[in-house]
Amino acid sequence: MHGRSAATAKPAAIRGGVRNPVAHDSAAKHVAGTAIYVDDIPEPSGTLHAAPGLSTRAHARVRSMDLAEVRAAPGVVLVLTAKDIPGANDVSPIGAGDDPVFASETVEFHGQALFAVIAESHEAARRAARLAKVEYEDLTPLLTVDDALRAQAFVLPEHVMKRGDVDSAIARAPHRLKGEFRLGGQEHFYLEGQVSLAVPMEDGDVTVHCSTQHPSEVQHNVAHVLGRPNNAVTVECRRMGGGFGGKETQGSQWAAIAALAAVRLKRPVKCRLDRDDDMIATGKRHDFRIGYEVGFDDGGRIVGISFDHAARCGYSADLSGAIADRAMFHADNGYYFDAVRIRSQRGKTHTVSNTAFRGFGGPQGMLGIEEVMDAIARHRALDPLDVRRINLYGDAPRDVTPYHMAVEDNILPELITRLEESAEYRRRRPAITQWNRQNAYLKKGIALTPVKFGISFTTSHLNQAGALVHVYTDGSVHLNHGGTEMGQGLFIKVAQVVAEEFQIDLDQVKITPTNTGKVPNTSATAASSGSDMNGMAAQAAARKIKQRLTDFAAEKYKVAAESIAFLPNRVRIGNQEVPFKDLVKQAYMGRVSLSATGYYRTPKIHYDRETASGRPFLYFAYGAAVSEVLIDTLTGEYTLTRVDILHDAGRSLNPAVDLGQVEGGFIQGMGWLTSEELWFDQQGRLRTHAPSTYKIPTCSDRPADFRMQLLENMPNSEETIHRSKAVGEPPLMLAISVFRAISDAIASIADYRLLPKLDAPATPERVLFAVEDLRARLEAGA
Amino acid sequence: MADQTRPVRFLLGSERRELSGIDPNTTVLNYLRRVERRLGTKEGCGEGDCGACTVVLGEVEDGRLCYRAVNSCIQFVGTLDGKQLLTVEDLAAPDGTLHPCQQALVDCHGSQCGFCTPGFVMSLFALYHEQGEPDRNRVDDALAGNLCRCTGYGPIAAAARSMKADGQPDRFAREVGRIVQALKALDDGKMPYLEADGRRYFAPRSSDALAGLLLEHPGATILAGGTDVGLWVTKQLRRLDPIIHVGQVADLHRISVDERWIEIGAGVTYSDALTTIATHHPDIAEMMRRLGSEQVRNAGTIGGNIANGSPIGDSPPPLIALGSRLVLRRGERFRELALEDFFIDYGKQDRQPGEFVVAVRVPVADPKRILRCYKISKRFDQDITASLGAFALTLAGGKVEDIRVCFGGMAPVPKRARAAEAALKGKPWTREAVEAACWLLSEDYTPISDMRASAQYRLRVAQNLLLKFFVETTEPQTKTRILAERRAVHARA
Repeated sequence: MHGRSAATAKPAAIRGGVRNPVAHDSAAKHVAGTAIYVDDIPEPSGTLHAAPGLSTRAHARVRSMDLAEVRAAPGVVLVLTAKDIPGANDVSPIGAGDDPVFASETVEFHGQALFAVIAESHEAARRAARLAKVEYEDLTPLLTVDDALRAQAFVLPEHVMKRGDVDSAIARAPHRLKGEFRLGGQEHFYLEGQVSLAVPMEDGDVTVHCSTQHPSEVQHNVAHVLGRPNNAVTVECRRMGGGFGGKETQGSQWAAIAALAAVRLKRPVKCRLDRDDDMIATGKRHDFRIGYEVGFDDGGRIVGISFDHAARCGYSADLSGAIADRAMFHADNGYYFDAVRIRSQRGKTHTVSNTAFRGFGGPQGMLGIEEVMDAIARHRALDPLDVRRINLYGDAPRDVTPYHMAVEDNILPELITRLEESAEYRRRRPAITQWNRQNAYLKKGIALTPVKFGISFTTSHLNQAGALVHVYTDGSVHLNHGGTEMGQGLFIKVAQVVAEEFQIDLDQVKITPTNTGKVPNTSATAASSGSDMNGMAAQAAARKIKQRLTDFAAEKYKVAAESIAFLPNRVRIGNQEVPFKDLVKQAYMGRVSLSATGYYRTPKIHYDRETASGRPFLYFAYGAAVSEVLIDTLTGEYTLTRVDILHDAGRSLNPAVDLGQVEGGFIQGMGWLTSEELWFDQQGRLRTHAPSTYKIPTCSDRPADFRMQLLENMPNSEETIHRSKAVGEPPLMLAISVFRAISDAIASIADYRLLPKLDAPATPERVLFAVEDLRARLEAGA
Repeated sequence: MADQTRPVRFLLGSERRELSGIDPNTTVLNYLRRVERRLGTKEGCGEGDCGACTVVLGEVEDGRLCYRAVNSCIQFVGTLDGKQLLTVEDLAAPDGTLHPCQQALVDCHGSQCGFCTPGFVMSLFALYHEQGEPDRNRVDDALAGNLCRCTGYGPIAAAARSMKADGQPDRFAREVGRIVQALKALDDGKMPYLEADGRRYFAPRSSDALAGLLLEHPGATILAGGTDVGLWVTKQLRRLDPIIHVGQVADLHRISVDERWIEIGAGVTYSDALTTIATHHPDIAEMMRRLGSEQVRNAGTIGGNIANGSPIGDSPPPLIALGSRLVLRRGERFRELALEDFFIDYGKQDRQPGEFVVAVRVPVADPKRILRCYKISKRFDQDITASLGAFALTLAGGKVEDIRVCFGGMAPVPKRARAAEAALKGKPWTREAVEAACWLLSEDYTPISDMRASAQYRLRVAQNLLLKFFVETTEPQTKTRILAERRAVHARA
């Protein structure tokens, strides 16, 4: 403006656009303790507190429930039971009618809510809840997946996926193996437990502040329970203290209890679960029993394989159908089968209803095929990596999945080659074998396992998202979308997309809480789809406003639209440059709308569940990991000595955030397969219901040497947001390499010729018994 | 009595607080969140196992201000007396500049959901004020009591390693003199006392006063570190009255060493005992490093671990294997007994109403005696033991002169393996003899199956630990410890 050249005066790039490793938007607030979670929202005066009363039986008829003492307890204002529900007594995410807010005639798991106490304080409510006198008539509980199968008890019908003539392929194969193993479930252990604060509004409406991945579903369920239309309920979530799938459907019940009481008493009501109640009463990852039969050639190449998946779903359907389906969709991981059949049974048990958990069945399916890879390798005395490599998807015809989708973007062979080299797998493998010969009690193990994870909700209609963008007259931007923030960095990534679109600095974009009144009818923030879908929706909204600004500028400055460009924090209009905020102000004065909604639906996908075929996924996200462990064959203890990861995030929107997902997902997966054990007693009571008994990894459990990289120069071949890839769930499955490395260390005892019998999680106890079992088989001359 | 007691006094940040009419069962966490409206400190589990509620306590020791991380969810407000309580809100400068430990977390991408972060910040703050730069093993230990479900810990550990990079003292270091003065000014030698809703809290200052109070209130709950008693309130919803806190009994805080005994006062925390124990019995120290977490070790006492009588307490087995003795007092009467005799049965100890543990007397190191201790749990750090084996062996001319084997987690009380010991005593120390003794462990123990381990595993691992002990005493070159391998790598990193 005063003769300075643009080159020196104007920034070359905005601060915080896409592909910048900027910090999480709330990082400074997290460390200062100023980030507000639901329990930190200043309580409106008169706020009451709710605590649920839980069943003490796994399966029983409720003969009578005497709540007189509960009602008479100090501080108690109201006790709610099933009779107090004006609408439907159901919070099923699929409308199945099998997820009561309060059980009434029968209880179907130990910890099922029977009533809720509303009291002046959290302690008073908890204390009173323990005073109920419930008479039960015990019924036989089905506790394990075997119990369910024996009783033919299912929450949903069996489903089969197949391609080719698997029976004759296996029968004709040069080699055949059959096996079965089990893998455990997993508690989410989000650090912030389930919590809702319901504030009554006029007309009997209610606003619920809820820690949820799915505000729309909470809204719909609360309305359903209240017997009111959806528009009577508003749900808001600024952030969660962790979700991992545990807040996809599991928040509705507690939100409904708070809302019921708030509407009835016309007072705000908070329902925050104590940690033990949370772990007892909310769903977890499904545990599975997986049987397989496989035929293969001399080199270990699979010609036919059949899987039998049996999932323990708990007492209700919840999301078990889609989860068990996703396990089937990942029964192939990255491998091609000439002929395949996957049968999946969804067992009903009298345990808590299992639910979404990062990976959503995928990890269970993948663990199945990785077990088979090792079984083949041991049988043929091959390096398990060679067996994995020879079975990878390739060019047509070896590119078709069990659900008849062609794998078009198969970068796994190249990715594995890069990792194999950078991790020096081929050098370390014989060195480890040698080390094991020299050490009698400690043994090392190594394994490389790949991940191929399908991206899109397999329930196709869920693949839609909305956003709302306002530009204010000072040029600052208000961003809202249907995605929720649970720590994964979705909000910052979408904000980067919007900053990039407008070419304004990131700090000009205000991130705002997810609210059903702003963006309606959203899908859960799940299936790793958050950035893909909300990023696209927000970009679409920003583009609408940009287009209006462009049209306005073209008219006002009398230039062609093509000569207008959004440069960092300014707009070039013909041969002059105007600060972004000035153009915005001018547009407002020119009566141009500066607010827009954006909408996105994932293209290309379709799936016919009847025939189990189609294209359920827009694309796949890939990765691979090499893990090395050291085990103690006298105690079964182990430690992770080195891990190398190469992960595909496409062209990453934010490499710092994405690496955070890779590292955190890996460690969470490692916990699932090692120290995290859900232990139910014979009465069906979960006895690992607190961090004192349920052991997630600690700081010292991370690998002694951890080398992690994002795959570079590999943009998404599909037109996703800035060619990035989803990254929330896939890295969890990289931890399968840890489990396989432990198995490898045990296998060294039998010179790698026998497959150790090891179920997950590989607790020291299971490792020691696998060692002893292998020794016994060796002695028996197996 | 009013003239001998006074309200509970402490510093919240740098502001003086005085409490008298508050329920002594109130936890520090609830006090912070509900009374002070300091909402930065979070409740993650309410049992001292996740560390989201971590705060730092500043105390004057030998004229120095020491900062220690503790779990506020299981500390009662009365125990704040005489201390400085620092929470996440205290760390940033008044102009909003983050403390170096906070800034390092931001720079290293150390938070995702952020719910555990305030707790990590406080653990890092305490670590920041330790001498020197922490190596990776120290970082792992300092952070073992803080669970994070998002990051996988790497970025947080990186922050711990880089937060002192500028080498400048923080503003807290510059204010030490003022805080020490303010803390000293809190105390007038009287007994802190709380009372509300008929529930009382006493914090006697001497053993004599404690003995007198316990005679007066034989049914009182004796509170030491609160790492167990806290859960009676937060999980069992018990209301304790009266609470008699031993944390301010000065003469129970002593450690003394003579030529035969290390005498550890009942009020000494694990953290404070660790250096002395490491000097004499490094393997017990290595086990104690894994006992609880930094926060638990900073609050919990060895006396409490013994007095509470748990079958899975980690200190008794090695102390019993060494032949430790326990000193008890009731009124003016003192008595001493072998530690193993204190444990009678599950939930039953040889302690009379009104009696309290004064000290445990642990034999000093003896070059002739080999002591090893192995703690087995699902997770290395901060996990309750499935089975803990302790072995003390004295050899003479290749023969077993004396051997004492004691296990925790294998019986209703910490228990010696009398049959195995008898089979080994006087015999040559050979693999054959040891393997025979291994079988006898199934006579010594009938363990239970529970969520931590099955009975079969407990027994098998106990046998294997005896074998491991043999290998370690006879083949010192053979690798037997995975953690030693790992920590050696870390120390070099």
